[in-house]
Amino acid sequence: MKINLKFSAPFAATLALVLILIFAGLRYPNFLGSYNILTVLQYNSMFCLISIGMCFVIMTGGIDLSVGTVAALGSVVAAILSPYGLIPGVIGGVLAGTIAGLINGLVITRLNIAPFIATLAMLLVAKGMALLITGIVLGGQPANLPVSYETLFTSFGQGSVFYDYQPEWVDAENSGILGWFLEIIFGIYNPIIVAIIAIIVSDIVLRKTSFGRYVLAVGESHESANLMGLPVKKTILIVYIISGSLSGLAGVILASQFGAGQPTEGLGWELFAIASVVVGGTLLTGGKGSILGIVPGILILGLIYTILNFENGLGYVSLTVHWQQVVRGAFLLIVVIIQASITKEKIIS
Amino acid sequence: MNNLIGNFGKHGILLALLILIIFNLFYTPYFATLQALSINLTQVTPIILVGLGMTFVIATKGIDLSVGSLMSIAGTLSAMILLKDLFPIDDLYLRITVAIIFPIIITIGFGCFNGWLINQFGIQPIIATLILFIAGRGIAQVLTDGDVQFFEVPEFQTIALSRILIVPFQIYYMAFIAVFSIYILNKTLLGRQILTVGGNEKAAQLSGIPVKRVKLFVYGFSGFCCAIAGLNSIAMNSAADAMWMGYLIELDAIAAVVIGGTLLSGGKASIFGTIIGALIIQLVGYTLIGNGVPDAAVLVCKGILIILSVWLQNFKSTNEN
Repeated sequence: MKINLKFSAPFAATLALVLILIFAGLRYPNFLGSYNILTVLQYNSMFCLISIGMCFVIMTGGIDLSVGTVAALGSVVAAILSPYGLIPGVIGGVLAGTIAGLINGLVITRLNIAPFIATLAMLLVAKGMALLITGIVLGGQPANLPVSYETLFTSFGQGSVFYDYQPEWVDAENSGILGWFLEIIFGIYNPIIVAIIAIIVSDIVLRKTSFGRYVLAVGESHESANLMGLPVKKTILIVYIISGSLSGLAGVILASQFGAGQPTEGLGWELFAIASVVVGGTLLTGGKGSILGIVPGILILGLIYTILNFENGLGYVSLTVHWQQVVRGAFLLIVVIIQASITKEKIIS
Repeated sequence: MNNLIGNFGKHGILLALLILIIFNLFYTPYFATLQALSINLTQVTPIILVGLGMTFVIATKGIDLSVGSLMSIAGTLSAMILLKDLFPIDDLYLRITVAIIFPIIITIGFGCFNGWLINQFGIQPIIATLILFIAGRGIAQVLTDGDVQFFEVPEFQTIALSRILIVPFQIYYMAFIAVFSIYILNKTLLGRQILTVGGNEKAAQLSGIPVKRVKLFVYGFSGFCCAIAGLNSIAMNSAADAMWMGYLIELDAIAAVVIGGTLLSGGKASIFGTIIGALIIQLVGYTLIGNGVPDAAVLVCKGILIILSVWLQNFKSTNEN
């Protein structure tokens, strides 16, 4: 029995997403309303960015546990630079992430330290740096660092470029499905646009460039990639730089969207990213993967939270926010088991 | 030169510990007091306890990320039993007995669940234990609705608060489990099987070693160690906080194991090294905080310490080959 995993796993995830959407749309009024959809997309766009980086890393057979705290560090740097304007804030935050990723990559490739240990250490270092910097800037105990509202910085996370162009007649109540669709298109928040661009670019990079093929070849087998003369170390270095930079960008969005650099945020993000990547059909052993598959992965995991809220809103049961973790864990369990069974069959055949 | 570094690796951690202690004696105020010793020992206890289980797991080339969550589950269950939230047991001593044994059994069960996932589906340990890392703390929080469970049962709390011959009681059972671990690893067939599985799993399989049972044991044992650490933690605080109990302890435990010279690539393990490693981690933190360095910088130092020790370890093992 031969299963084309590259095709089937993202397809299965999309199918699951559609089923969840149909279920929730029928059960909860306003669930599919443009406001709720835009909010869910906006909140999850930073997770989308870190998941893309994680996906590249996992495809080379590595792992990046530092994404969450690197994002927190990025948010702090962005918040500090936000009084100088939008561009310095964004560049500063991304650059902080790039440096962290570069260090990860160098430690892994030059010192031959397992990715899991190197990025675990970076998790601590980035968190420590974020707290140290906020402590110094605030002159005391580290706390959330407010961003400047004087500049355009917050528009990066909170604004939507197309909103001003929305025609007045666009309204879901009057013009039905077309109005609903146009409301979403015109109301789309900037982080969502950033995430969509990142997804498209990454997908093209993975499928159409030689770098993308190197990534998969390295993940398949370091040794054979080496023997083929592929730049193994350089490829690994680059994927960690990508992951770091995207985490930094996610941090910029975090700061801009919630109006503060948050040094203690980002814990558990790595798990969210790993889970979405796995749900999307990327093999944890490396060598196979899909960028587009991340999207249903993230949305499924992100919707769990929204659905819990809506379920509570109905008032039949009261599920606390703590159920979120349990459901996510259970979901990851199911997906991992399915993935393991599929790959086992493939190896046997 | 290589020889020198090799020797440093062998005795390096003891030397590092010694330097840390000497430094502290001179520079950290009130270091040479009984109180400071007692603080350090009680703070290092959970790291050592979790580190012991982690040493076994890493010796089989695995990793256990779920330790903090398992601690939280054990502590929460125990507090709930003590508060009669779980079973209506009126007899105090029976209740305490149940509050100790029940969480241990449940947590061993969760540990074995990790092992089962790894055995049955061939999932990498890091992912298999990630599941309980996420869900475990959630389970503990769901059980308590996220509230901190305060209780006051002095008879139960003696397991952490009483002293025998000035030494805190918890040191005794920690030492007991440590000695037990050393015995298992160095003197029994099981210990040799664990190291063989870590060294070369295929060869172990072919030579008839029950690889799956060995793995089940190490993850179960890790669960057991977490349970003891969890019970110890709630007895010290007379409260169980599902959210923060055992938080990030996996980092300290892994760091202790790595610093102690257990190879992450499996096949070589040192319980004694883990204990020294845990003491070093604890003392580095204590030294920095004791000398007015902010908490945040301690995290950075720990990160660098982990990289440095693994790098030295790599260096050593390439030299030995």
